[in-house]
Amino acid sequence: MVAEASVVSAGASVPRWEDDPVLTVEHLTMRFGGLLAVRDLSFSVGRGDITALIGPNGAGKTTVFNCVTGFYKPTEGRIAMRHGPGKQEALVEEVTASGLRWKKEGNQGVFLLERMPDYEISHRAGVARTFQNIRLFGGMTVLENLLVAQHNRLVVASGFTVGGIFGLPSYRRAESEAVDKAVHWLKQTNLLERADDPAGDLPYGQQRRLEIARAMCTDPHLLCLDEPAAGLNPRESQELNELLQSIREQGTSVLLIEHDMGVVMEISDHIIVLDYGVKIADGDAESVRTDPKVIAAYLGVEDEEDLDVPEVLEDVIEAVGEDAITDLAPEPMQDPSATAGEAAGSSEGISKKGGAA
Amino acid sequence: MATTSAGIHPAGSPAIASARQEESRIARAFREAVIVALLVAALSFFFIGVRTDIAPGGLDIRMRWEAWFTAIAIGFFGRLLLNLFVFGRDWGVGSRAGAARGRLTEAVPNLGKWMLRTFFVFAALLPFIAMYLFPGRDRQLIDVSILIMTYVMLGWGLNIVVGLAGLLDLGYVAFYAVGAYSFALLSTYYDFIGFWTALPLAGLLAALWGMVLGFPVLRLRGDYLAIVTLAFGEIIRVVLLNWYEFTGGPNGISGIPKPTFFGLEFGRGEGSFSDFFGIPYSPIHRFVYLYYIIFLLALVTYVVTIRLRSLPIGRAWEALREDEIACRSLGINTRNTKLTAFAIGAMFGGFAGSFFATRQGFVSPESFTFMESAIILAIVVLGGLGSQIGIVLASIVMIGGIEALRNLGFLTYIFGPDFDPAQYRMLLFGMAMVVIMVWKPRGFVSTREPTVALKEKKRIGADLVAQGEGH
Repeated sequence: MVAEASVVSAGASVPRWEDDPVLTVEHLTMRFGGLLAVRDLSFSVGRGDITALIGPNGAGKTTVFNCVTGFYKPTEGRIAMRHGPGKQEALVEEVTASGLRWKKEGNQGVFLLERMPDYEISHRAGVARTFQNIRLFGGMTVLENLLVAQHNRLVVASGFTVGGIFGLPSYRRAESEAVDKAVHWLKQTNLLERADDPAGDLPYGQQRRLEIARAMCTDPHLLCLDEPAAGLNPRESQELNELLQSIREQGTSVLLIEHDMGVVMEISDHIIVLDYGVKIADGDAESVRTDPKVIAAYLGVEDEEDLDVPEVLEDVIEAVGEDAITDLAPEPMQDPSATAGEAAGSSEGISKKGGAA
Repeated sequence: MATTSAGIHPAGSPAIASARQEESRIARAFREAVIVALLVAALSFFFIGVRTDIAPGGLDIRMRWEAWFTAIAIGFFGRLLLNLFVFGRDWGVGSRAGAARGRLTEAVPNLGKWMLRTFFVFAALLPFIAMYLFPGRDRQLIDVSILIMTYVMLGWGLNIVVGLAGLLDLGYVAFYAVGAYSFALLSTYYDFIGFWTALPLAGLLAALWGMVLGFPVLRLRGDYLAIVTLAFGEIIRVVLLNWYEFTGGPNGISGIPKPTFFGLEFGRGEGSFSDFFGIPYSPIHRFVYLYYIIFLLALVTYVVTIRLRSLPIGRAWEALREDEIACRSLGINTRNTKLTAFAIGAMFGGFAGSFFATRQGFVSPESFTFMESAIILAIVVLGGLGSQIGIVLASIVMIGGIEALRNLGFLTYIFGPDFDPAQYRMLLFGMAMVVIMVWKPRGFVSTREPTVALKEKKRIGADLVAQGEGH
């Protein structure tokens, strides 16, 4: 596998994400009728890492996301979420064999996400997500959005509604704690002065931040972000970088899909590259940016001239570094799988991306 | 107020241009009026222009030219006037009223709250006001108030499902029927069951049936949801109609006991309410008592709904209306959330149904047709989805309006003694609804009040609030 080769070439013995993964995806296959969207995909997301899932349009990134967060049921494969340190291999095998959906032992826990419905994945396994097309509760205020995210805890505190109807003090205390947590995330995302405004009234960039704040209010172990920087201006993406780094420092692992290479290369500890539903590279930013297969998938061509969208080319050069491209250009493609047909497809993907941006 | 912003005239436009505009507007108005007149002529030729009479040896066709020309004239002038004075203007119909209300709200900051309090005090004292001011017609007035209050309660119940959770339910009358028949059947088969014992049971049974309806419609959206709930309402009615041995079929169930006041009955003689309190018997006592029962029930519905709205479950309902997928991504079990909405909405319907049974003393499937569902839904929509006070206004307008239209005797002075106003009741009512929906497309109270606030509660405009499934 290229992934292993690149890791070895980077000089690390065992990367952190293999040693202490918060999420492992093993042999994931997703089939829609005759279309094979994801084929035998395996990767790990390290605890406390920012992991990026990149690839040209149509590579299957969002499909992987939807499988991890339970919005799709994968055709095959195992997706294991872990609470507590270590690989916990024994526990994973035990849960897999037992037919249970999850098992918790002390501070350790294993959750097999492919067996769980979507709401349970957020509630039990602690995987929160955002959406490519923002999904806020537009007619509710910013604060209400963040309280809805804390639903499960508040329902228990309200005595499953019965206690809440009679206004028990324990519920009122829980609600004010929930408001405190919401205020904490509003401060983090710089939205505090908009707390009482309807979410649908916020400008685009603030809506993106609010969606992240809302996901964080569910106290996730893993935060999955689907193109968080899409449509943001450079200043806003810089703020996003800082926000994601502060989320990581507060102990939440992050998995993100992103097209903005500036964001990806700057903050990611670990990058997984997909193309046509198959993993083509896996490693840290340095090893991925110099990986010829990645460059081939993104550029799709051997020469610069064939790229007819200059700003995309600039993007790519900025992201992967000029040397990589010029290094690559003279020599023939190393991998036979990057054939002309595929190359044309991915170049189309990339120019589409350029158009959308 | 989307229409208010459109109310600004482009300042300083040349006079000639505006004159030409004015001219073309009149020309257009005439042209459209002619088109409407032609349409009316074509449509109403057979409906209005031709009349069949029974004649010896078959039917005889008679032309009613005056009626036909009248219809055409109404179409023509109606459209012309609408075009000239309503449609053509660049202010919306509601903008002036909206602006006026905006100024009023500024002048009296807590207008809504004060209106609510006034309503409450008025409703609490209503029977006495009626008895004092209209001694001759007090029974009729209290009867209408009971009816309005029943629909207010039904509207509040349905509002949980349609207004908050955003699930369009066209079969709400089924739960009303379940409540009514629960009490009727329980009291027929078990002598010891009175109104107050049957009430909670009826609510529970209706809630159960709410969940029974909820399960099959969990995954349905939009029109499909509406159709299945509509079918559910019809199924309940058809079963009640055909299960002759158990429900009495079309004959219904009569002799349902009247509610008692802590065991005191409202009648003459020993052990009755009037006897116990030593006041002279009057049939009005029972009506006043019934009024207070439904007032209490409606009040409970109101308080519980208001409380629920600011509890996690209520916020989850509203979030469900806004975006179901986002709800699931936040760990909200949408199945349970929908089922609780159906069950709690149905429970209030069941309470109201049980009250209906005891008030009438008789139930039959005829009382629970689709028309009832439609009226309750119309009240919720007219009042403004999700708004409590809007539903009160809508019930008064709709139910009170229908009743008030029964007393159109004065119209005979205008149209001659042959005119029967009762025949035009539904026509006027339908027109009034159309006018209200044109004037206020999102109902009387279209803004949403947030359930929680950090600094101040700002009402949220209707354009941002989603309407949920099936609208």
